[in-house]
Amino acid sequence: MKHLSGLARWQHFDHDADIGVRGSGATQAEAFEQAALALTAIVTRIDLVEPRQQIELRVENNDPEMLFVDWLDSLVFEMATRKMLFSRFEIGLSDGKLSARAWGEPVDIERHHPAVEIKGATLTELKVEKRSCGTWMAQCVVDV
Amino acid sequence: MRGAMRVPGIIYASDELVRAMDDKVLQQAANVAMLPGIVSASYAMPDAHWGYGFPIGGVAAFDAEAGGVVSAGGVGFDISCGVRCLHTGIGLEQFEDRRIALADALYRGIPAGVGSTGSVSLSESEMTAMLAGGAAWAVEQGYGRIADLARTEERGRMAGAVPAAVSERARRRQRDEMGTLGSGNHYLEVQRVGEIFDEGIAKLYAIAKDDIVISIHCGSRGLGHQIGTEYLKEMAQSAAGFGIDLPDRELACAPIHSALGQRYLGAMRSAINCALANRQIITHLTREIVSGVFGRDLELPLLYDVSHNTCKVEEHVVGQRKMTLHVHRKGATRAFGPNHPDLPSELKAAGQPVLIGGSMGTSSYVLAGTGNGNEIAYASACHGAGRAMSRHAATKKWHGRKVVDDLARKGILIRSPSMRGIAEEAPGAYKDVSAVVDAAQRAGLARKVARLLPLLCIKG
Repeated sequence: MKHLSGLARWQHFDHDADIGVRGSGATQAEAFEQAALALTAIVTRIDLVEPRQQIELRVENNDPEMLFVDWLDSLVFEMATRKMLFSRFEIGLSDGKLSARAWGEPVDIERHHPAVEIKGATLTELKVEKRSCGTWMAQCVVDV
Repeated sequence: MRGAMRVPGIIYASDELVRAMDDKVLQQAANVAMLPGIVSASYAMPDAHWGYGFPIGGVAAFDAEAGGVVSAGGVGFDISCGVRCLHTGIGLEQFEDRRIALADALYRGIPAGVGSTGSVSLSESEMTAMLAGGAAWAVEQGYGRIADLARTEERGRMAGAVPAAVSERARRRQRDEMGTLGSGNHYLEVQRVGEIFDEGIAKLYAIAKDDIVISIHCGSRGLGHQIGTEYLKEMAQSAAGFGIDLPDRELACAPIHSALGQRYLGAMRSAINCALANRQIITHLTREIVSGVFGRDLELPLLYDVSHNTCKVEEHVVGQRKMTLHVHRKGATRAFGPNHPDLPSELKAAGQPVLIGGSMGTSSYVLAGTGNGNEIAYASACHGAGRAMSRHAATKKWHGRKVVDDLARKGILIRSPSMRGIAEEAPGAYKDVSAVVDAAQRAGLARKVARLLPLLCIKG
């Protein structure tokens, strides 16, 4: 099991029609992982999703903010086509190349009570930055 | 502010609705007014709220010959999301006798919610035919009748679709999603005509007080969402190369006269066809289910089908000049007035039906387009109530089970796989739809014809 830094956390922020996801962590990769947890939490409670099955994802973009959007979009695509939910993520990041493993399980309507389907990540409130305190933060609004 | 506004921003709403509007709506309407080739004004409808780049409820038209743009952000992710309304011919008493059976049968038979799959799975070649043919393709496959097409925008088939511009990933996202409702604010609702405002037009629309109708609200599903996300990013990253300084990345656009602009239009029109085919398949399923419940063959003729998130090439008179424009309507409904050539002959005298969706427990409305040579906002009207609070705030305020119980006491049956989804979509989380349509009528955007009251709602 991957060790999380004490800085790792995720949260949602409000948008009129939709919802924002924000991840923070000691590294950019950890912020991206946390934001992915926030994505799952839009649909269901993360602790209801068992990390039974593993998939791999790869995305590439030289713009760190567009890379973040690509990362969330690739997860949305896997969630939609595999009809799965994910509750654990591990990201490797270098030179605009992101490779990740995600663990989860197929949607179980009885158990997960999925609230809403995610259409895609938007460029609204999109930010990827290293704060003055040294933590990384990645966020954007997600269309549901 | 990055650039200068090329045209004014115009908001149609009451003082109260304007006061309740987020300042970001004004900023977004102003940003749209900065885009190249915009004509007349950047408009916002009475239900406008904070969107992505464009406000939701935004209307803007662009002239290709003046460097005008097409914007993936100006159409949105749920391309051609829309509403259609079916007459049932069922009486109120008959309905009351069978309401539970009908609710259960519709909930079983219409796939809704996260993780649901449709009964129709398309091969690659069928997918291509569907993307080119829309509802007309669906009718050819046996879903519904030819008469439905005249009651659908573009006669059920959006011309100029280029299925080759739709990515492999977008196709994959759609493979198992034909004939599914989706989730969020999408629904199938059985409604009673509660009030008639314009007897003359209601007669032409063949609706009378206490009629039972069925409204279906859904869009282009995963395919549209994937096209939206892919082109949004590509346009955002290409804008500088076209010399476009975007005031907001989400306004992502490309010149209409560019390879990217044309590719997007081809893909976006394919997604419009996907949405039309999807609503057509759901219509067919609904007819089978309702006929089964009532034990006889019910025709359920289509009143009309409107689309919300689109960019369409239309002719409009600007000043004294007839112009061909790319009209973006994002969370706004086309509202052609009487005698418009695109309307079927039997609707010409009345103008286009404009179907305004409610939100579980609140009214929906049938309006009629008014413009007849003197169009406002390129013959556009509002599309629904618009959210008044975020999903998060709604789940803090309401519990899904209680919402369902409260509605049941008012005689409204809800069927949904997710109680949290119900809380997020609680009627109180939306603005007052009646105030929105009143404002639309006062502004002359559309005329009120009938109010529809919910009886049962299948929610994704």
